[in-house]
Amino acid sequence: MVEQVRKLLEKRVESAAELEKLRQSILDKKDSSRTCVSVCGGTACRAAGAEAVVDAFVDEIERRELQIQVELKETGCHGFCERGPLVVIQPKKIFYQQVKPEDVPEIIAETVLGGKVVERLLYVDPSTQEKVIYEPDVPFYKKQTRTIFGANGEIDPTNIEDYIASGGYSALSKVLTGMKPQEIIDEVKKSGLRGRGGGGFPTGRKWQSCRDAEADIKYVICNADEGDPGAYQDRAILEGNPHSILEGMIIGAYAIGSHQGYIYVRNEYPLAVRHARIAIEQAMDYGLLGENILGSGFDFKVMINKGGGAFVCGESSALMASLEGKIGEPKAKYVHMSEKGLWDSPSLLNNVKTWANVPLIINKGADWFSKIGTAGSKGTMIFSLVGNINNTGLVEVPMGITLREMIFDIGGGIPNGKKFKAVQTGGPSGGCIPEQFLDTQVDFDELTKLGSMMGSGGMIVIDEDTCMVDVAKYFVEFLKGESCGKCTPCREGINRMSEILNGITHGKGKQEDLDTLEDLAGILSAGALCALGQTAANPVLSTLRYFRDEYLAHIEQKKCPAGVCRELIQYSIDPETCEGCLRCLRACPTGAITGGKREVHTLNQGLCIKCGACYDVCKFNAVIRQ
Amino acid sequence: MAKVWIDGETSIEVEDADGVNAVSLTVDDKEIIVSAGQTILEAVQRVNGIGNIPALCNHPAVKPYGACRICTVEVSEDGGSKFKFVAACLYPVKEGLVVKTNTEKIRTLRKGIIELMLARCPNVKRIQELADEYGVEEPRFVLGDQDCILCGLCVRACQEIIGKSAISLVNRGIYREVAAPFYAYELTEECIGCGDCAFVCPTGAIEMGDDGKPILPKVKIPYAEIEALMKKEAVTPS
Ligand SMILES: Cc1cc2nc3c(=O)[nH]c(=O)nc-3n(C[C@H](O)[C@H](O)[C@H](O)COP(=O)(O)O)c2cc1C
Ligand code: SF4
Ligand code: SF4
Ligand code: SF4
Ligand code: SF4
Ligand code: SF4
Ligand code: FES
Ligand code: FES
Repeated sequence: MVEQVRKLLEKRVESAAELEKLRQSILDKKDSSRTCVSVCGGTACRAAGAEAVVDAFVDEIERRELQIQVELKETGCHGFCERGPLVVIQPKKIFYQQVKPEDVPEIIAETVLGGKVVERLLYVDPSTQEKVIYEPDVPFYKKQTRTIFGANGEIDPTNIEDYIASGGYSALSKVLTGMKPQEIIDEVKKSGLRGRGGGGFPTGRKWQSCRDAEADIKYVICNADEGDPGAYQDRAILEGNPHSILEGMIIGAYAIGSHQGYIYVRNEYPLAVRHARIAIEQAMDYGLLGENILGSGFDFKVMINKGGGAFVCGESSALMASLEGKIGEPKAKYVHMSEKGLWDSPSLLNNVKTWANVPLIINKGADWFSKIGTAGSKGTMIFSLVGNINNTGLVEVPMGITLREMIFDIGGGIPNGKKFKAVQTGGPSGGCIPEQFLDTQVDFDELTKLGSMMGSGGMIVIDEDTCMVDVAKYFVEFLKGESCGKCTPCREGINRMSEILNGITHGKGKQEDLDTLEDLAGILSAGALCALGQTAANPVLSTLRYFRDEYLAHIEQKKCPAGVCRELIQYSIDPETCEGCLRCLRACPTGAITGGKREVHTLNQGLCIKCGACYDVCKFNAVIRQ
Repeated sequence: MAKVWIDGETSIEVEDADGVNAVSLTVDDKEIIVSAGQTILEAVQRVNGIGNIPALCNHPAVKPYGACRICTVEVSEDGGSKFKFVAACLYPVKEGLVVKTNTEKIRTLRKGIIELMLARCPNVKRIQELADEYGVEEPRFVLGDQDCILCGLCVRACQEIIGKSAISLVNRGIYREVAAPFYAYELTEECIGCGDCAFVCPTGAIEMGDDGKPILPKVKIPYAEIEALMKKEAVTPS
């Protein structure tokens, strides 16, 4: 016990100078020539078997007694999850992908000890067929600006000393020793930072109104609820660099005068919860969180709250209700949360990515930050790039990059030689942007102008084989399931939209349906209580705006041009081209196809369930879909 | 001096109220002075003949909730250049606020909301009356046959007036319904049979049963046909 207390006291950093001393001593201990094997320990790489790879490295390093020469590190997500498990050999940044435990002895023998590259583990650029050796040369990373996300691949998120060694908590020590709260807020205002959680609200202004609100108790909250389907950038940061979030929150707390913070994180993120918890404990031990932070007299504590997983709980008023232990239902926000939020106290809520930007702005300055980006949107944004695209993963890019650069240079274009059709941005209530706007600069205002939005950084690429009415239906279905049901426009309106879209995709669409959809959109945006309902029509409106023809084809000709909506397509076999190879016959689950070897096959419409299996297997393009 | 409307036709001139407790605002081009700390709906309901704001989920005896949205009005905080839609039952009166309760946009919105309500509850008298008033004819949707519009008044009455929690709103989205604890239709001992829930219900969806306890509205699985279709056709963009 006494021993423990002594140890704790030893760790405590009592001043800014002591923090610098600690940082220096950690750096001194580090041998920069030492090889560091870093294995991605993010959720996706773990799912692909990263833990077994780590174990294999531990065994191999022990077996060869290389503990002194080789450092093994489990880091956070590098973004290119599709290729996981990823292993990067530092300091040269040799990049191995899809590594299996069996590969480990070879990596140690060849690369770590022999200085040679294991060719078969390298990434092959699909467009040039060239092998890439170093991580920064991988096309997926080349056009990125990884100011926030870069550290993820460098540090062990469970070791505060790694964060401190990389300059961590220096922004905190800077504000606690030399900046007045108002100066911090002025700096954040000057940086032009806007909230990364969806709305893009100017962060400095929010901080100011929280600071100006008079109250004894104020709260600081990190929104890590992240409920958009397919998005996981907030999880990746919280998992991979939890101290950066804490540091941002402590600075925010100091700026507005708060002593209690919460991280609201979804329960489905166990690793993020664990790493955040470890980070809080370590920061407490080091005196960077808790009472008398860095000997400044400032106190701030952070608690973790696990959300139940409803999408709407990410909405600020629902989130606060949930934190209070009530049902996570939105309330009207006619008095701002920054004046009357959690337990009616002024509350400062920001997204994970917003918080992660704060230490950077303090350290490098508002001028540095505002040089990145466009006039109205500063800094970088992290997107999850998914869908019909060659390279999927998390990408951090400067605001103002074009959609084309993101999709074709970073994302590597559309697979299987298909044509690009649209990109859906902004999460479930975002919109679909068609090809003619590929050169649009990605920022808050430009995306909004196109009827979509930045949202939390979702980006789903859609190819020519996708039906846009079906896409709209998918998002409307999602929102219908997530509507809390409190207010009439959202509960009833989204349901009716879904009813109409289902009718259209089933060949029961009527000409008037499009007007009805537009009417419903108006009711939702003007009448719904919270932003879930207010923006729920975006997927429908944006597809109506850019792909009206496709709606009309479904309604007037009862055809689905993309060949997706089953009720509207028919498969048949072209007797001219059929070679009688039996493939389709074998693939058909219902026995709808008959024929013999080298005989023209026939397809019985009555038995066909339109599964498309015959279409997919025919090598002679003899199966026709209409 | 300010003009205070006693009702839609009569106004009197009064000294400026002493600022702290009173605010003056404009409702449909008429200035009214009211005490601060109330909502637009409360203020408008107190001044006869001014404004036209229907309300379904609001009751003076319980806290406002903002669920039906039928009370939506347009307000401007900058003297009338930029307007936004807000729920009058929740929005507090403010000095200089400009409120419009019956614009074309508002009527279109209310008409739309009523159409949605009528499609859900085609047989409810109160909704039929509103439909007449706002010119809603046959709803364009598959008709349901519910009585409950989920205004939550019964639940709030039980909690706030009686101090009980014998009923609550459960489930999300279109599956939302009024239910007894543990999601049962049977009420527990918690219910004292006061009948307040039935009394405040704007649609008559709750009746008092022979055992002296309320019979809660049964939600008939909504729009079942479409649901079934969707399950068969759950398509996700790959
Ligand atoms: C339905 C809904 C879901 C939301 N989900 C999230 C979320 O998961 N994470 C988040 O940061 N913000 C979410 N938001 C936005 C928040 O309400 C809030 O604006 C944001 O957390 C503020 O932080 P920022 O200013 O840093 O963006 C959501 C909003 C709505 C309407
Ligand atoms: S808009 Fe939808 S999610 Fe928001 S309060 Fe209304 S019903 Fe609930
Ligand atoms: S797979 Fe194509 S070519 Fe072969 S039998 Fe079927 S339709 Fe004819
Ligand atoms: S679409 Fe499916 S069910 Fe129809 S013929 Fe082809 S394989 Fe058989
Ligand atoms: S009758 Fe029962 S359920 Fe209804 S308000 Fe009274 S106590 Fe509540
Ligand atoms: S039963 Fe009546 S009071 Fe209760 S929610 Fe339904 S309509 Fe409102
Ligand atoms: S989890 Fe390993 S790269 Fe994302
Ligand atoms: S009366 Fe205002 S929302 Fe129902």
